[in-house]
Amino acid sequence: MTVLALAEHRRGNIRPVSYETVTAGRGLADALDTELHLAVIGGEVSEFAEDLNRDGVDTIHAVAAGEEFNHDIYTQVIESLATDLDPRVVLMPNSVNGLDYAPAVASRLSLPLITDVVGFDAGDTMTAIREMYGSKVETTIEIDADRFCVTIRPNEWPAAEGAGDAEIEEPDVEVDESRVGSTVTGFEEVGGGDVDISDADVLVSVGRGIEEEENIELIEELADALGATLSSSRPIVDAGWLPKNRQVGQSGKVVTPDIYLAIGISGAVQHVAGMKGADTIVAINTDPNAPIFDLADYGIVDDLFEVVPELTAQFS
Amino acid sequence: MKVLVTVKEVAEAADDFELAEGALDIDERYLEYDLNEWDEYAVEEGVEIAEESEDVEVVSVTIGPERSEETIRMALAKGVDRAIRVWDDTLEGTAFLDVEARASILEAVVAEEEPDLVLTGVQAADDGFGATGVALADAIDFEWAAVVNDLDLDTGDGTAHVHRELEGGVEELTDVSLPVVLSIQTGINEPRYASLRGIRQAQSKEIAPYGLDDLGLDAETTESTLSLTSMYEPETESDATVFEGSPEEEADQLAELFGEMGVVEG
Ligand SMILES: Cc1cc2nc3c(=O)[nH]c(=O)nc-3n(C[C@H](O)[C@H](O)[C@H](O)COP(=O)(O)OP(=O)(O)OC[C@H]3O[C@@H](n4cnc5c(N)ncnc54)[C@H](O)[C@@H]3O)c2cc1C
Ligand SMILES: Nc1ncnc2c1ncn2[C@@H]1O[C@H](COP(=O)(O)O)[C@@H](O)[C@H]1O
Repeated sequence: MTVLALAEHRRGNIRPVSYETVTAGRGLADALDTELHLAVIGGEVSEFAEDLNRDGVDTIHAVAAGEEFNHDIYTQVIESLATDLDPRVVLMPNSVNGLDYAPAVASRLSLPLITDVVGFDAGDTMTAIREMYGSKVETTIEIDADRFCVTIRPNEWPAAEGAGDAEIEEPDVEVDESRVGSTVTGFEEVGGGDVDISDADVLVSVGRGIEEEENIELIEELADALGATLSSSRPIVDAGWLPKNRQVGQSGKVVTPDIYLAIGISGAVQHVAGMKGADTIVAINTDPNAPIFDLADYGIVDDLFEVVPELTAQFS
Repeated sequence: MKVLVTVKEVAEAADDFELAEGALDIDERYLEYDLNEWDEYAVEEGVEIAEESEDVEVVSVTIGPERSEETIRMALAKGVDRAIRVWDDTLEGTAFLDVEARASILEAVVAEEEPDLVLTGVQAADDGFGATGVALADAIDFEWAAVVNDLDLDTGDGTAHVHRELEGGVEELTDVSLPVVLSIQTGINEPRYASLRGIRQAQSKEIAPYGLDDLGLDAETTESTLSLTSMYEPETESDATVFEGSPEEEADQLAELFGEMGVVEG
């Protein structure tokens, strides 16, 4: 019996969320009084295993199977490891690739699945904490099962540090190629272009609160008056109102300006992933419960259409 | 060819909401319902596929109460041919329908409809499990791809060429063989507005009601080892200095802060 955590890599590098699964996995293993096993699948697994050998890991399964992530291979390998190890918990990251294999793993193993977990409470019964309604409420989910699958939200657990002394195993896992119906043919970088928002000292960032394309001008004027760079949340780019290279967040750019002014942005977790490192965060939002205020150093709870023109006037 | 698009009516909480007393949800008065943002893109993708080729039928399915018909009608108004709505007393009495249960219900619908392509959203905006599509794919033994923001369907060689949107502005180019379930990411297309004509036509399109027993399922399908045991407003982590007053006064204070921080010189 174990906790089986999964590491993630891309184009030759371990992704940081892997060290977070180690921390979360160690916590669960302690609560369940069992060992933490970590699996890394595909690519330079021996090198990866050394890199992943951090404090708290008991055993690492380094499974050579393919180069890059492939959900058909991952699902088969994890199913095979789980059959041998009989884990109490299969713990995976709620990353984009996690979304692509975790539900299949749970389905294959006929285990319940709780995704995007932000905390555990290991009392008499195991309880997982997750958010709902755009982070406005938290919920607890009681798990009345001996075995389960979870995915954890990135950036919630600290990365495991310190060298470990895990046993490293390199098991041969046979992959049934007839059940591999997907092939990764390449990668593409998007969001290039003339402006690099990650270079800016001051970012004025606009979100869906702006309502209409014509209104973007309001924010542009403020950015100009401040000598700042204009950026945005995802819906603005999805709507084609600003180019992709302006998008801040998980699937856009990670920015660390001196000042980040979020206007009409709720502060969804995927947005926050891209701007939480800003020195000073200022938010203008009509909703006092908007999660962006959990991060903000300064805030205005008011209508952007009233506040922004006043602010622009101050600097023109 | 048949395309099945799963759609969910989701609720959004008002600015100043309250939790319902004795229930594990936000008080209904503070909830506003709409078609899930991600499903809007899935619907558009399905409708565009139908427009580009002959003989493509687009069917939508939802698991949801009667109230959600209004939302489903919007999908019909945008070009979906017909819809299925699964609901009954058992579902009404289920406080928490887990991923497995949802996948089982959709699996039964797939068995009935036999689609070649299933489109879901990446996630439901309200409870955001981000799991239904891939769980369904495994249950029905289809291939799948999650977080798809570009799709080029080649029915000739039975392949979907997709882009999966990864983190940090990187897209993965993947070929998946049909039949396939794709979870659709926002931005993949430009969802249309329903035309007046479309809205009128939608009135006469079918929304077929199904109960669990119509699908050969029963209450066991909804049983889960997971239960929602509490919902609460998290303690605010905010230590923000909030500028108060009229919009002008608020702007003044922020301008002063920016002045002190030397923003305009920078
Ligand atoms: C896999 C994945 C990747 C994603 N990647 C990203 C990403 O890289 N970047 C990103 O931003 N999102 C990303 N998202 C989307 C994310 O989940 C949210 O949907 C998005 O960030 C919401 O953007 P928003 O805050 O502008 O809009 P909303 O959440 O709709 O918020 C609008 C805000 O404006 C406020 N408002 C409305 N009117 C006014 C007014 N008059 N004055 C002031 N305030 C007002 C509202 O109170 C609300 O808080 C991703 C999602 C997924 C599933
Ligand atoms: N009750 C439901 N009825 C129909 N489709 C659903 C339902 N719940 C989820 N889905 C589909 O699955 C996608 C992902 O939802 P989720 O896994 O709940 O985040 C949604 O975008 C919908 O397309």
